[in-house]
Amino acid sequence: MLAVVSVQNLINLAYLVAAVLFIYGLKGLTHPRTAVRGNLLGALAMLIAVVVTLWDQHVIGWSWICGGIVVGSAIGAYLAVKVEMTGMPELVALYNGFGGIASVLVAGAWLLSGNGDHVIHDPTGALGAFDLVGKPEHSAALMQGTIAAAASGLIGGVTLLGSLVAYGKLAGIKWVPEGAFLPQQKVINAVLVLIALALCYFTVTDILNPTQAPAEASAATAAIFTTHSGLYYTGICIIAFVLGVTLVTPIGGADMPVVIALLNSYSGLAAAATGFVINNNVLIIAGSLVGASGLILTSIMCKAMNRSLWNVMFATMGPSSSSATADEVYAGKIKSTSGEEIAMLLETARRVVIIPGYGMAVSQAQHAVRDLANLLESKFGANVDYAIHPVAGRMPGHMNVLLAEANIPYDKLREMDNINPEMDQVDVAIVIGANDVVNPVARTDPKSPIAGMPIIDADKARTVIVIKRSLSPGYAGIPNPLFAADNALMFFADGKKAFQEIIEALKEA
Amino acid sequence: METLIVLLTIFVLAIFVGFEIITKIPPTLHTPLMSGSNAISGITLIGAVVTSGGDVTWLPKTLAVMAVIFATINVVGGFMVTHRMLSMFKRKG
Repeated sequence: MLAVVSVQNLINLAYLVAAVLFIYGLKGLTHPRTAVRGNLLGALAMLIAVVVTLWDQHVIGWSWICGGIVVGSAIGAYLAVKVEMTGMPELVALYNGFGGIASVLVAGAWLLSGNGDHVIHDPTGALGAFDLVGKPEHSAALMQGTIAAAASGLIGGVTLLGSLVAYGKLAGIKWVPEGAFLPQQKVINAVLVLIALALCYFTVTDILNPTQAPAEASAATAAIFTTHSGLYYTGICIIAFVLGVTLVTPIGGADMPVVIALLNSYSGLAAAATGFVINNNVLIIAGSLVGASGLILTSIMCKAMNRSLWNVMFATMGPSSSSATADEVYAGKIKSTSGEEIAMLLETARRVVIIPGYGMAVSQAQHAVRDLANLLESKFGANVDYAIHPVAGRMPGHMNVLLAEANIPYDKLREMDNINPEMDQVDVAIVIGANDVVNPVARTDPKSPIAGMPIIDADKARTVIVIKRSLSPGYAGIPNPLFAADNALMFFADGKKAFQEIIEALKEA
Repeated sequence: METLIVLLTIFVLAIFVGFEIITKIPPTLHTPLMSGSNAISGITLIGAVVTSGGDVTWLPKTLAVMAVIFATINVVGGFMVTHRMLSMFKRKG
């Protein structure tokens, strides 16, 4: 009986508890009320998994591991405390990248440490104990580990560089190029993928039939050169890095939420692949949960733009020849307005809906938006809601976090499908920093680049106020007939200043 | 081979569980979901600790310790920033 409850079994049971807690924690995120607890359960699960792994007697080198954990915790805590809510897309992109590089490094360490023999001898956290060397199962286990290591390197490498490019774009770093920067980029990508797959194949065959190292090689280098797998693996990683750059660089602007969600998924899949390398089920479960989460978000984002993932990743978006030019749409029809005039409209409005877009994040207008909403509700008895398009901003849920930061209760943030049926009863719709997501062309012109994209029906409100710095087109590059509509007024100003002006005018009224 | 099949089974079933739960998460929590799930993908930390143990040479050890650092940034930073964000979500009144 005692023999059955070995240390190994206890560790695996602890991993099972951790996996259940991860699932339970994610379940907590299905409602804002339970979300904080859900996140803490996830953290508890991680703590359990790490502590039992460290507790395992076979893991040595405590000082290095603990040193690494202390350094990593300090950096992670610093980033988490310092970040502004407007900087959240950049931070998420960066974290995705860190997840990617961790998988690349673990798989590399495994390949270089005598092909992971020690892990197979001593599979900390494996499904069961193996002592396979010399048995037929050994080569099967080696093959599994090596294929998984190659996959970890490939996915992790793409995630790392892809995330860094995404970070550069989001942070507005100037030297990150816009658009496709190589001729025939699709062909180059395809060739790179083929080379990477070939290198994966060489890595596996080399591990199974090692080439002999030169006898005079020192012990340290022998581990690397006993096989060429280390070199092949380095090649895989380098190609993955290049692919990360060439895949993400052409994508920008409003497609960013898709990229961020996809990289999120990759970071999870890389972790799952690492689980296959070291035969560890908690890595596989946690990694695949994250992979699934990222994939779902990716598909939600794509649907909200009525585009396929392929189209987002590889097609260029631009005005089609049939689209009306800006002059045709706007000439003589734009009515510009002022803060005082808007204040007069709002004084009598009973229902107001605010439709935020990326522009609100750029001008950091969320607090001014809240002040206006509070004033309208307390002084004029209006009802103010917020209509959130799924792809508004630069990552899934971007607007919700900014508005939550400004203390706006989450039940006032309405989803597009939920608020659209009520838009014709709205007295004033205020569009701040959004463009394509309120462009009625999506409904009317089947040839437009945004044809069929679900939009927020701002045009159905009695009066639409658009706060925007200029008439410049949105990401789709097409003019927006909403701006020229009879019931629309344009307020050309920075989002935050515009709201402050309206508030001043309302206070004087 | 048997291990591989068992692991694949776990992988596929976990993906299904993930799909079932995550489709129920409301859009308003999508950003915390991303940062929180990112912290969970820091589970690679376990892999890093396992590979940096064992009797290995300096090169794999260095790689593994670097992996420990990056994965810990992910874990600690991810859970903390998610907590910060979620604490801001409040109901009316």
